[in-house]
Amino acid sequence: MNAIEVRDLKKRFGHIEALRGMNFQVREGELYGLIGPDGAGKTTLMRIICTLVMPDAGEVRVKGLDVRQQRTKIRSLLGYMPQRFSLYPDLTVEQNLHFFAELFQVPEAERRARLEMLYHFSRLGPFKNRPAANLSGGMKQKLALSCALIHTPQVLVLDEPTFGVDPVSRQEFWEILHSVQKEGTTILVSTAYMDEADECDRVGLCFQGRIVAEDTPANLKRRFSYPLYRVRGSNLFRLQEFFRSIPTVHSIQMFGDVLHVSFTRQPRAADWQAWQTQTGGGLQEWKTEAPSIEDVFLEVLEEEK
Amino acid sequence: MKRRRSMILTFARKEFLHILHDPRTLAIIFIMPVVQLIMFGYALRMEIQNVDLAVVDLARTPLSREIIEEFQGSKFFTVHGYSGKLSRIDALFKSRTARVVLIIPAELDRLFERTPAVGLQFLIDASDANAATLIKNYCNQVLVNFNQKHNRSASLPFEITSNILYNPDMKSTYFFVPGLIALLLIMVSALLTSISITREKETGTLEQILVSPVRPAHIVLGKVLPYVLMGLLIGTLILLLGFGVFHVPFRGSIVLLFFLTLLYIVTALSMGILISTITQTQQVAMMVAQLSTMLPTLFLSGFIFPIASMPVALQYLSYLVPARYYLLIVRGIILKGSTLANLVSPSAVLLGMSVILLLIAIRKFRMTMEG
Repeated sequence: MNAIEVRDLKKRFGHIEALRGMNFQVREGELYGLIGPDGAGKTTLMRIICTLVMPDAGEVRVKGLDVRQQRTKIRSLLGYMPQRFSLYPDLTVEQNLHFFAELFQVPEAERRARLEMLYHFSRLGPFKNRPAANLSGGMKQKLALSCALIHTPQVLVLDEPTFGVDPVSRQEFWEILHSVQKEGTTILVSTAYMDEADECDRVGLCFQGRIVAEDTPANLKRRFSYPLYRVRGSNLFRLQEFFRSIPTVHSIQMFGDVLHVSFTRQPRAADWQAWQTQTGGGLQEWKTEAPSIEDVFLEVLEEEK
Repeated sequence: MKRRRSMILTFARKEFLHILHDPRTLAIIFIMPVVQLIMFGYALRMEIQNVDLAVVDLARTPLSREIIEEFQGSKFFTVHGYSGKLSRIDALFKSRTARVVLIIPAELDRLFERTPAVGLQFLIDASDANAATLIKNYCNQVLVNFNQKHNRSASLPFEITSNILYNPDMKSTYFFVPGLIALLLIMVSALLTSISITREKETGTLEQILVSPVRPAHIVLGKVLPYVLMGLLIGTLILLLGFGVFHVPFRGSIVLLFFLTLLYIVTALSMGILISTITQTQQVAMMVAQLSTMLPTLFLSGFIFPIASMPVALQYLSYLVPARYYLLIVRGIILKGSTLANLVSPSAVLLGMSVILLLIAIRKFRMTMEG
């Protein structure tokens, strides 16, 4: 049995079709990542799984339970961390945790041990008397995660949990997720950071209300069959223009201060030399590059269009 | 059952923490009744004294002087300047030297001898309509005294002797202290609950709560419980202040008042919950609460303005204002010592309102939750 089962899921809000026939499964004990731009339908999907929104059509089951009929059962075995920080800023770390423990009816006897474990995980122990409002962004997210984990849920749903968090805290956050996974928890997580896809067992690329590609990160990257180069230069925009005029160029993407250029035919060293002179030295550096999930994603989107 | 009760308590405890963590709001909530009580008790007087009166005496006879002296002798009026010219009257009003002008006709003595009634003209500044009515009454009163002295009292078939009951000194505080309880309870109950629930909407915590197996009714009941207690505390505070500072009597049963006040609080809370189901932000909730609960309580309940003197449409509207019924109850119990038997109909209406509103509120709350 799959932990989460989504078939032909459709949902519209007025004129906006948020989900247009979404299909995917999350296996028992898996860490599944949903990746896609804003407005792809990730949040709507998660809210349906968490029984907060009713689907228009299609079937959604969590641990075999139907989101339409067995809400209360689903809610008690599910942990949800919404996109926005949604704890009580005026309550302390400990008060927040206690409140959620009571909300999910964690028995007194288990509560202490569970809290100790979560404090250990999140390293929030020393801050337990601090109001949540005074925590740093990363600590807030860890507190929210702890609150979602307080009742030892079987399925954990996280909506962009690392959004706006510094890189070090993000890394730490993923480490926590891995240890939660080791406890046997199934995790569905969405992210806008493509580099985080590598942390997941499987990744679904979400676009315009559908999963457009799905596989392990390694397999997804293997789909990208064109030779890829990472290119630096004095003027990226001019370089981009230049490569557009080269017939063997398959795609060009800008990533911060570098260009990712893929080719339909492996370029030779002589080709690069020639390009360098043609750009008048504007082309400064080129290196073969392993495709990232983002390259794959953009590639898939090109195909979709 | 035990689980249900403990879940309500969980929310109540959390709400108390929120209240305690915001001492400024807490202070305002408890200071406000005191300030309002003092303002209503001392500043708002329903009587006027030392009204500036100007006289245009066209007669200038001993009789006309006698009339003027009668006004001068009254504590209501201060007589300012005589003026012989009618043309200056407008200027007197505009410069606020006078709020009322008495014009004594030139043929005063002749009319006084020959006709049963002499026409004296009063011009009253009605830019403040309430004051104008009072001034008119005072003028009449002074003239009645004058007539009596000269045996000119019109012979009426009945003589009216009034006996003021329950508030013989006509003190406005007697009137306002019970009214203030009605106003502040609405404020605490409706306003604070609607704000506290929309706050959870705004911060997204409500969604976080919703993914738990807790039932919407328990959330609502737990959240409003602290405000019920606060309402009762504030009510007690106002009663004590009214009693201690303004010597407002308490003639009825405190137990009866307690239970009927509880009904009123439940009605107000239900309105607060309803408001929170139709609003998304604290700002909007606050404005809607003020518009739909505080203003009607202030103006349509009979708190300040008598319902009977309102336009008919507003009179009908006032039937929907819970404070209308609560005011009958609280004034009745405090000032008149009314018993439940005397207050059956307002109590029944309030009971009906509270039950219906609470049911609708919980239902609507559940619907928004399950959107």
